[in-house]
Amino acid sequence: MSDQIKPDELINKIDYSPGSGNWMDTTPSVQIQPGMYCYAAKAESVETLGLPNARPWNPLDEDWHLPENWQEIIFNGIKERLERFRTFKIFMDVCVRCGACADKCHFFLGTGDPKNMPVLRAELLRSVYRNDFTTAGKILAKIPGGSRLAGARPMTLDVLKEWWYYFFQCTECRRCSVFCPYGIDTAEITIMAREIFNLIGLNIDWIATPVSNCFKTGNHLGIQPHAFKDMLDFFVEDLEEITGVNCAPQYQKKGADILFITPSGDVFADPGTYTCQGYLILFKYLKEKYGLDVTWSTYASEGGNFGFFTSHETMKRLNAKMYAEAKRLGVKWILGGECGHMWRVIHQYMDTMNGPADFLEVPMNPITGTIFENARSTKMVHITEFTADLIKHGKLELDKGRNGNRIMTFHDSCNTSRGMGLLDEPRYVIQNVCDNFFEMPPNTIREQTFCCGSGSGLNAGENMELRMAGALPRANAVKYVHEKFGVNTLGTICAIDRAALSTLCEYWVPEVEVYGIHELVGNALILPGEKNRTQDLRMEPLPGCEEDE
Amino acid sequence: MNQKYLIPLTTVFLLFLVAYTGVEGAGLQWFFGIVFPYLAVFAFLAGFVIKVMGWASSAVPFRIPTTCGQQKSLPWIKQNCIDNPDTSTGVFIRMVLEIFLFRSLFRNTKAAFNRNVSNKLAYSWEIFLWLGALAFHYSFLVVLLRHFRFFTSPVPSCLKWLEYFDGIVQLGLPGLFVSGVVLLAATLFLLARRIFDTKVTYISQAADYFPLFLIIGIAATGIAMRYFTKVDIMGIKTLTMGLATFSPVIPEGVGGLFYAHVFMVSVLFAYFPASKLMHMGGIFLSPTRNMANNTRAKRHVNPWNYDVKTHTYAEYEDHFRDKMIEAGLPVDKKE
Ligand code: HEM
Ligand code: SF4
Ligand code: SF4
Repeated sequence: MSDQIKPDELINKIDYSPGSGNWMDTTPSVQIQPGMYCYAAKAESVETLGLPNARPWNPLDEDWHLPENWQEIIFNGIKERLERFRTFKIFMDVCVRCGACADKCHFFLGTGDPKNMPVLRAELLRSVYRNDFTTAGKILAKIPGGSRLAGARPMTLDVLKEWWYYFFQCTECRRCSVFCPYGIDTAEITIMAREIFNLIGLNIDWIATPVSNCFKTGNHLGIQPHAFKDMLDFFVEDLEEITGVNCAPQYQKKGADILFITPSGDVFADPGTYTCQGYLILFKYLKEKYGLDVTWSTYASEGGNFGFFTSHETMKRLNAKMYAEAKRLGVKWILGGECGHMWRVIHQYMDTMNGPADFLEVPMNPITGTIFENARSTKMVHITEFTADLIKHGKLELDKGRNGNRIMTFHDSCNTSRGMGLLDEPRYVIQNVCDNFFEMPPNTIREQTFCCGSGSGLNAGENMELRMAGALPRANAVKYVHEKFGVNTLGTICAIDRAALSTLCEYWVPEVEVYGIHELVGNALILPGEKNRTQDLRMEPLPGCEEDE
Repeated sequence: MNQKYLIPLTTVFLLFLVAYTGVEGAGLQWFFGIVFPYLAVFAFLAGFVIKVMGWASSAVPFRIPTTCGQQKSLPWIKQNCIDNPDTSTGVFIRMVLEIFLFRSLFRNTKAAFNRNVSNKLAYSWEIFLWLGALAFHYSFLVVLLRHFRFFTSPVPSCLKWLEYFDGIVQLGLPGLFVSGVVLLAATLFLLARRIFDTKVTYISQAADYFPLFLIIGIAATGIAMRYFTKVDIMGIKTLTMGLATFSPVIPEGVGGLFYAHVFMVSVLFAYFPASKLMHMGGIFLSPTRNMANNTRAKRHVNPWNYDVKTHTYAEYEDHFRDKMIEAGLPVDKKE
């Protein structure tokens, strides 16, 4: 990270007042800057899914090796999507450019680049729409200077490069949509733009390769079945050392009560791994106490869905595994782990794409008798809904003291807050496993939460400057509660967050650590027959046990 | 860039002059008073319908409301029934609040970066756009409704009531209507925002200035006729009633100012469906606002859903069978 831009330098770049002039004039001078873009998709990853124009290419090169008729492909791509998505069509037509969304985007707040104002991001595409699809645009184009007057422009290579650069500087977080008087969701426009990029082979590798892995091996990281089991075995060993109890999970068990699916990031990378251990402890507890039979699957071993950042079709192809596996195993319903975009896909898309899930039962918690009415059709329940229900009914024995050294705040993930509304469930769980909880300022949480800056497949290494700039508003709020209340722990229910916020904190607020909610549950939950625990899941001394070291 | 507002400004001036001189000099009353208004209303209606039908003909494949509050989940967790509705009643209330009170705009904040102290980003509530927008739209609505006085005979009592309340604050001027003044002031405020707020300036297009100048022109000519120059109200009513009853006549003694006013209104009508002013229709159809957040509870059907190639479990097992068996993972086919 030594050649990386320093926080002070990054802050010095910020200026919220764009220059004068017409933004369209600046299009030819848009330079794809190192640190701000992600590498191009590898040809082989594009091939796995049979997507068009697989080839090696480099965004910094003059020539992107596009198909000869790329303009026609884009034109038809837009046309088709205007018919298929009412959102897209309306959002192209009704923006009044009031600017209410302008300073709501974390990338604008972190970079000051005017083209990161959601409205201008959308205008990048809308200007071409006006040129090619509106009567006014077509008529005005006939008089000299008329296109300019209409705010329209033809699709050129410069425009395409500008699109590519800025639609990969949007994390599809929907914060802009909350403030727009017409609900214009720039995330939706970005989704369309990225679909169109994929028609001419312009994906980024950080999305394309996980997608290809997920398709073939069942998860983004390409962990093969035996290795997946090895990794969980490793956690089981650690847990045995910490708790004295064997928490080994089951795999692909036919006839289990519940299929559990979580992002593979939880299996692979710290601190998600501790959250994963939390799940293992919880399921062991429920098995011992109440005989609940939960199974994992190496085939459906990915909750996340980078297909969502590629196209609706790719999202559907990856998501199909969840229902397919639940059906094959004959479980009653599906339980989903802590993840953000995974939950947007499950909540707003899965049933429509791959349902109806008529082979599953309406989810009922067999321990409390609660029927999850809100998941009646999709038949998939969020783990914090599940755990909150257990806690509410007094079904978990918890020792809050074991999280006594954690002074918490909670980061709402974009997707679960603005694409679902899961806000109070995780808070309820946190407050039952930890005594010290402080909210960040109201403009930065719940539906107004700020993105981690690395969502929608932008959590690569090469675009670190972009990520840290986008992280600024979130970091600022964390810093605020850190300084005011001594907060040392940032709780989250998202696998990407667990990785991204850790980097964010390291960069902006090094004193704060990132925890998944079920890591805290795992610490607090008193397993039947456990030994006198002295360590938390990170194998650090529990509060009050420090001197034993 | 000043071109962006100079051209619309000039255009509005020209529109005014064309009508004024057209009537005063060339005697084209019949065109500006009859033909063009009819064409404009027709363009408005047809354009509006075509546009809305166009939106409605696009599919709504997924139910993707933007949720702005707690979802409906466990019975003891309090749902935000308006900002995250799961029933059509909730959606209805949400939409009413959006359409009549601009609820989302009400949330507006302003971000500022304080470089000095500890590099804090601060957000303050920014109410003025909301206030300005509400003032603008409601005064526009009232002005518009008041104009039905010219198209009805006898004037319905609800319009008389509206006029009564509109005129209740006299401010020293007898017969002053608040709505006209507020309309002009609010439009000027929205214009000032476009010119002086650098972010808004940067995103603005000619198409943003044009309706503002046009409305300012309309309001200014209207106010001028009412308070400053004497116009022949009886004559005007003859003309408007003629239009309303499809038996148009051109009365004597109505001046160019009136025709300029009518012409600009007609241009606004004709321009409406091809412009951003269609947000009036769009807000009703916006899927992020007008759908219930109950996608997990009730299945939503995508009309163009199609089958896709997936990677099946059987393919997966074929690929990894040996490794799975070796690791002790269950398999369907042991070979
Ligand atoms: C259901 C009806 C309508 C709703 C809910 C609505 C709502 C809004 C909102 C929320 C804004 C953004 C705030 C602003 O920039 O002022 C706006 C802007 C605007 N509206 Fe409407 N509107 C409606 C109908 C109309 C009509 C009939 C007109 C006709 C003239 C109109 C003209 C405008 C203009 C010119 C702007 C842009 C103001 C600017 O440039 O800043 N609206 N509208
Ligand atoms: S808030 Fe909505 S209408 Fe206003 S500029 Fe942004 S996208 Fe356009
Ligand atoms: S969706 Fe998020 S990242 Fe994208 S423009 Fe809107 S606020 Fe910015």
